[in-house]
Amino acid sequence: MINSKYFFQGFKSVKSFDSPAFALGASFIAIGALLKDIGFNLEQSIFSTFLTYALPGSLVMAESFLVGASLINIFLAVWLVNARLYPMTVSLMPLLLHKSQPRWKYYLSCHFIAVSAWLIMKSNYQSIEKKYRIDFWMGIGTGTWSIAIVSTIIGFLVSDYLNKDMMIGLAIVNPVYFACMMVGAMKSLQINLSIILGAILGPLFFFVSPEWSILYGGVLAGTLAYFVGEFK
Amino acid sequence: MSEMSSNIILVILVTSFATYLSRFLGVVSSEKIDAKSKIFRWFNCIAYSILAALIARIVIFPAGVLEEADLWLRLIVIIISIIIFIISKKNLVYPTVLSAILLTLLNNYL
Repeated sequence: MINSKYFFQGFKSVKSFDSPAFALGASFIAIGALLKDIGFNLEQSIFSTFLTYALPGSLVMAESFLVGASLINIFLAVWLVNARLYPMTVSLMPLLLHKSQPRWKYYLSCHFIAVSAWLIMKSNYQSIEKKYRIDFWMGIGTGTWSIAIVSTIIGFLVSDYLNKDMMIGLAIVNPVYFACMMVGAMKSLQINLSIILGAILGPLFFFVSPEWSILYGGVLAGTLAYFVGEFK
Repeated sequence: MSEMSSNIILVILVTSFATYLSRFLGVVSSEKIDAKSKIFRWFNCIAYSILAALIARIVIFPAGVLEEADLWLRLIVIIISIIIFIISKKNLVYPTVLSAILLTLLNNYL
């Protein structure tokens, strides 16, 4: 059903030389501590990472919950910040589709789409035979997802021993890690331009609309980069 | 189950539904998109741009504890980390470990 050779090859890629394990762990330790802080118990914190597993969405949920936002507000805020998962899925799944593979694998494993797993898959898919890419992807997803869940537990348990400065230190790990992975992904004019323009336009659109800045800035930057790359 | 804890469960379910929705719709759309097509390349650009926009926003306009470190401290730590990443031939462990230590120390002593 799932080819275990490729699954474990993917699973083990999370502890390679350029391993995201530490960065992912540090980020979710911060989430575990945050969830405890806003009144979640251990089971609820585990449940949250287990079901959501996308860091910015969990942060938005925690902030909204803290200010007593309604469920509709929470839904919209999370949907908006996680809408990036749509173009991420559309630019990943066609690389993994194979007609011999059952559809449930795709609908189940899309749960693993989050920045870390996506970037690892994007930089490794070419070395995997197309038929088995979905199994390799499920391995990567299970690996990163497990790290996230275990780290949420650690964060929840050690939060009493973390002071403010340490929390600030943990909070920078996630953007540093994402920024490094983006620099590592800069291999063609189109991608380089997408990343540079996105980093400039995203914050600029913050002055127009804080909620929509990432989508507006990202879609405009990506579209500009696409046309420059296609017609240069 | 108390009202508070059933409330938390609802919040978690709503959050995970809002998150899974975009992934699910992405798989539905993927069925019709060829990996060599123009639309695939366009979405690929948008995915990278949105991620870059998200990272830049987290650093420049952070929410949560990161707000308490100065903007220039956050930027210095990001730039130093990227330099370490490049010098270390794309090792992710050094820059991420050092960034946490660096920001904790700088924020404490500056």
